[in-house]
Order: sequence, then C-alpha cells, then structure tokens
Amino acid sequence: MINIPSTLKISLRALRVNKMRSALTMLGIIIGVGAVIAMLAVGTGASEKISEQISSIGSNLIIILPGSTTSGGLRMGMGSQPTLTRDDAEAIQKECSAVQEVAPVLNGAAQIVYSNQNWSTGVYGTTSSMLVIRDWPISSGRAFTDQDIRNATKVAILGQTVVENLFGGIDPVGQMIRIKKVPFMVIGVLDRKGQSPQGQDQDDTIYIPVTTAQKKIFGTSFPGMVRTIMVKARSTEDLAVAEKQINELLRQRHHLSARQDNDFTVRNLTQIMQVAEQSTKVMTLLLGAIASVSLLVGGIGIMNIMLVSVTERTREIGIRMAVGAKTWDIRLQFIIEALTLAMIGGITGILLGVGGSHLLSMFAGWSTVVSTLSVIMAFGFSGLVGIFFGFYPAYKASLLNPIDALRYE
Amino acid sequence: MALIETRDLYKIYDVGESPVHALDGVSLSIERGEFVAIMGPSGSGKSTFMNVIGCLDQQTRGQFLLDGIDVGNMDRDELASIRNAKIGFVFQGFNLLPRTSAIENVELPLLYNNVHGPERRKKALAALKTLGLEGREHHNPNQLSGGQQQRVAIARALVNDAPLILADEPTGNLDTKTSIEIMELLVRLNHESNITMVLVTHEPDIAEYSRRIIRFVDGRVVSDERRQPVEHPVTAKG
Repeated sequence: MINIPSTLKISLRALRVNKMRSALTMLGIIIGVGAVIAMLAVGTGASEKISEQISSIGSNLIIILPGSTTSGGLRMGMGSQPTLTRDDAEAIQKECSAVQEVAPVLNGAAQIVYSNQNWSTGVYGTTSSMLVIRDWPISSGRAFTDQDIRNATKVAILGQTVVENLFGGIDPVGQMIRIKKVPFMVIGVLDRKGQSPQGQDQDDTIYIPVTTAQKKIFGTSFPGMVRTIMVKARSTEDLAVAEKQINELLRQRHHLSARQDNDFTVRNLTQIMQVAEQSTKVMTLLLGAIASVSLLVGGIGIMNIMLVSVTERTREIGIRMAVGAKTWDIRLQFIIEALTLAMIGGITGILLGVGGSHLLSMFAGWSTVVSTLSVIMAFGFSGLVGIFFGFYPAYKASLLNPIDALRYE
Repeated sequence: MALIETRDLYKIYDVGESPVHALDGVSLSIERGEFVAIMGPSGSGKSTFMNVIGCLDQQTRGQFLLDGIDVGNMDRDELASIRNAKIGFVFQGFNLLPRTSAIENVELPLLYNNVHGPERRKKALAALKTLGLEGREHHNPNQLSGGQQQRVAIARALVNDAPLILADEPTGNLDTKTSIEIMELLVRLNHESNITMVLVTHEPDIAEYSRRIIRFVDGRVVSDERRQPVEHPVTAKG
C-alpha cells in the first residue's frame, strides 16, 4: 500500500521549498481558525457570565408582585395596591407542594448612620429564607432566627458595599447602626455577590427582619403588607407547577371570582434569564459562523496554491508516474501537502485565537472562555478544509498523462 | 520467450480530417540481453514505439507482450506497477527531481514499490556505488555535472532490478567525452548484468555501440540490422 511517512516527507519538503508561499497560504487558515476560536471564546464568555449572574440571583426563582388596581376607569401601575401580605407568603410555604422556600419582602430606601459615617441604601425586610432563595451565604456573624422575626428585633445583616462605606476596617458584627434613626445591632455580613444581570450592585443592601421593617421602618396603614414575595421552586421542572399552584392559592385567598383579574402578578425570573442566555448562545453561533467564512476563504486559498503547485510540478508528477507512482500515490502526496498546510495553519490559528482571547479579556475587559470543544472543532475543521480543498488539485494531478507530463516545460 | 514482442502494432491519432498512423503495423521481437538502437527521422514513430513499449502509452491495435505479459488491456495503476517492476527509464533531459538529493532520486522507484526505509537506502547506495557516484549521494542535481546527473538517472533505472532499460537520446545533452562514458557504462551494464538496452538515438556514433539497429520511417520498420559492435575498451571503472 501507500507509504505514508515517505509521502509526508515529500510534502514537507515541497512546502519548505516555497517557504513564503506556504506561509501566506497558511495565513488564511491561521486567521480563519484564530477568528473562530476568539469569537467563540467571546460568545462563550458572555453566556457564562450571564449564567453566573443568573445563579447569583438564585435559581428556580419566582417573584410575586402586587397587582394593579382600576379606580374610576384609570388603571394604575403594577404594585399600586398593597394586596400581598406576610400571611400570603406563609400560606404559599404551607400549601404549595412545588415550592421549596418562600420569603416575604418589604423594602425601601433609607439613610444609615454609623458613628460619624452615613450611607443611603436599599433596606430589605425579609426572613432568613431569603438567603436560601438567593443562595447567599453569611460570611461572618449569623442569620435571622425565627425569634428575630416573631419579636421584630432590631437586628441587621449588611452587604459588603455597605460595610465598606460605613465601617472602613472595623468588624461591623456587634456594632450599632441607625436606620432611619432607629438603632439596630449588626448581627451578620453577607458574602460578596457582585453585579446583577441589570448591572446593579447587589452588595449595596441591608437585610432586617420583615416584621421589624413593617412595624419600625416602613410602617403602613395595611398591617402585614409586603412589597414582594420571593419563591424558590423545588426544581426547574417544578417552576410551571409552582406558578400554577401560587396563582390558584392567591386567587382563593384574595376571594377573586372567576370574572375578576388577578390582583397580583407571578413572574418566573429564571425563564426571563434563560431567554437572555439563549440569545447570547445564538449570538455566539452567529459570531462563529461569520468567522467560519474566513476559514472557508482560507481553504480556497489552499486550493488555489495547490493548483498552482500541481501545474508547476507537472514534470515531477510525470517522473513519479514513469517510475511507478499509482493514482493514489500522486493524490495522497498532494492531499497530504494541503492537509499539512491546513493543520500547521490550524495549530498556529488556535494559538493565535487563545492568545487573542486572553488579550481581549486583559485589555478590553471582556470575559472570554476558550472551550476545549471549540479548539478540537477548529483543529478538526481545518483538517477537513485541507482534505476538501486539497482533493481537487490532487485529483487533477493524478489524471495527468505521464507522456505529456514528462515533456512539460 | 522474447522480452519484448509486438505483433502488428498500430497507434493511430485522430487529428483533423485524416487519422495519423504513428505506428503502422510494427512487428518486432527483442530478446533478453540484447542491445538495440532505434533510429529514424523525427516523426518516424520511434518515440511512439518507445512510449508503447515503455508502458507509458497504449497501442490502438495489435498486440504487445512485455516479458510474456499482454499489457494492452491494463489500467493506469497496473501499467504503473509494470513500469516500476520491469522498466528503467533514462531520458535526454535526465528528469531528476529538482531540490532532491541523488540518493532520494534513486530511491524513488523503491518508494513506489514499498521497499522499507533501511532496505531502500541500502539498495540505492549500492546502485550509486555501481555507477561510481560514491560521495555524491547527498548532492542535489544542480550540484552535479551533466554526466553525473545522467549516471544518477541510470542508477534510478537500475535500482529496482528491472530487466529492461529504455534510453531516449541518453547522450543528447552531453558532450562527446561524457557521451562516450555514458555509452560505455550502458554497454557494461548490458554485458555484466544482462540488462536489455533499447535506446533511441539519431546519432550514428551512438548507435555504433549497439548490436542491432532498427530503423523507423513513417511508422514502419524499414530495416532491422544485426551487427558486431565497434570494440571500445571497457575498463573496470567504466
């Protein structure tokens, strides 16, 4: 059969003879593969960042908001009527089987004072379930106890940004702060969470017991009223069931007849995020597809050069045929030559793409992730390009008439 | 059994209105160990004849047996194998691969015969040695003189132990002195290794080395003369 090592040697020599030409031909593949790797790295980086942000809000998340009201034909905005209560939250926890954790939230902005420092931030009245839902561990101190909620104790858990702004280097746990002039004891500090998908600083926050918020800070005329209810479903599959159960339960609790609209809104946050994730994936594919076009152009470059090479080496082909080279000996010689061009180009392109991705994340600050799969695919694809675009020139060479080829000047 | 046996060989080209008979009924028989010169004016069909018996081309009609094998119906790859095993070519323009060392040029037929690396190298070295090219193994063709290049080509023709060497104007690009060297080399190989030599030439001086001269005119054999070659001193070194 065909002698692969010798054929490879022949091909490598032919490429060495025309160094400049080989290098320029490879450049097409190098740019193509490099672009594919870099584009996929940017795309994968973006979608991984989004996934990260999604899990930073908490997974399998449902948010219940109070509904709108209609007064005198004028429809007010969402949340304009305080229809949700802490009792609703407790009922959901007890009765909806698809729900894992429920946290009522009553929040607002407030001025915080510690010693001679002050800071304005979002204050969230909630329960320790909130930390479970948002998958947010305490870095020091403790979470709320049931007693804290029952007795409406004046304790607070701080986000990292608040700690930085008020305390400088001091350990805040055990210190007293004032929220809207009411003194609170700091019992814990939250882990750093980073930005939300909307770009908000999630660490700029203070958690206090929901009962304390209701009675001491954001007092309203509606007892037990909350701003939102956060719900974590048992699993992604349970999200839809949980939504349905919550809808039914709240309609029943709010005494709504079949003809009346909901006076609350159930939002599946995970779904919204998944749509965002999906769109980055499409974006990644699109970028990859555009970059693939340059790989294709690189392949055509290889074919062009191989055709030139076959013509230039007609006499060589004639000599080889005269001394006994068979059809596939000649074909393989040129295919291996094209393949070698493409593979060397591919490997260089991969290095360039990986390097380029690192530079992008270093200087442009984009998060880029070079996946092993994209490297393997780029490598395999450049090999395919070599074989595909090498085949026609090789086929042409193998069909030469040895007599004409030997006479070729 | 004759090494080359042709019966009523025709090669007809369709050019324009009237077909051209490049070979017009050639019947010849060449035995093993013969040294034959083929002569004739250009267009006489001698090159076509060489191409057919060299298995580079196929006849339109008639029969050609090479070493008893009818090659008339063989496909490209079968012809390539036959060329590889039975025929060594020596050309006027040497036809060595450029930018390729002498030894690698000589190895070429072995490469396509799947002879493995060390064995290949050994055989090629031996062939180069036979032709007095020791020390030139790693020179590229452009570093060798015309005579040396032709000797590399002859080494390539020998390396596969082919019983037949076809030489097409082997001294056409060489000066007189080198021509004599090359011809004496061919005579020696014919003599010592019983390799059948068929050479095309238009130089009577060169044809003098052969023991049989076949003349072609218009695609036909017009004379086939067996003769005693002029004695040339054949030294041990060639």
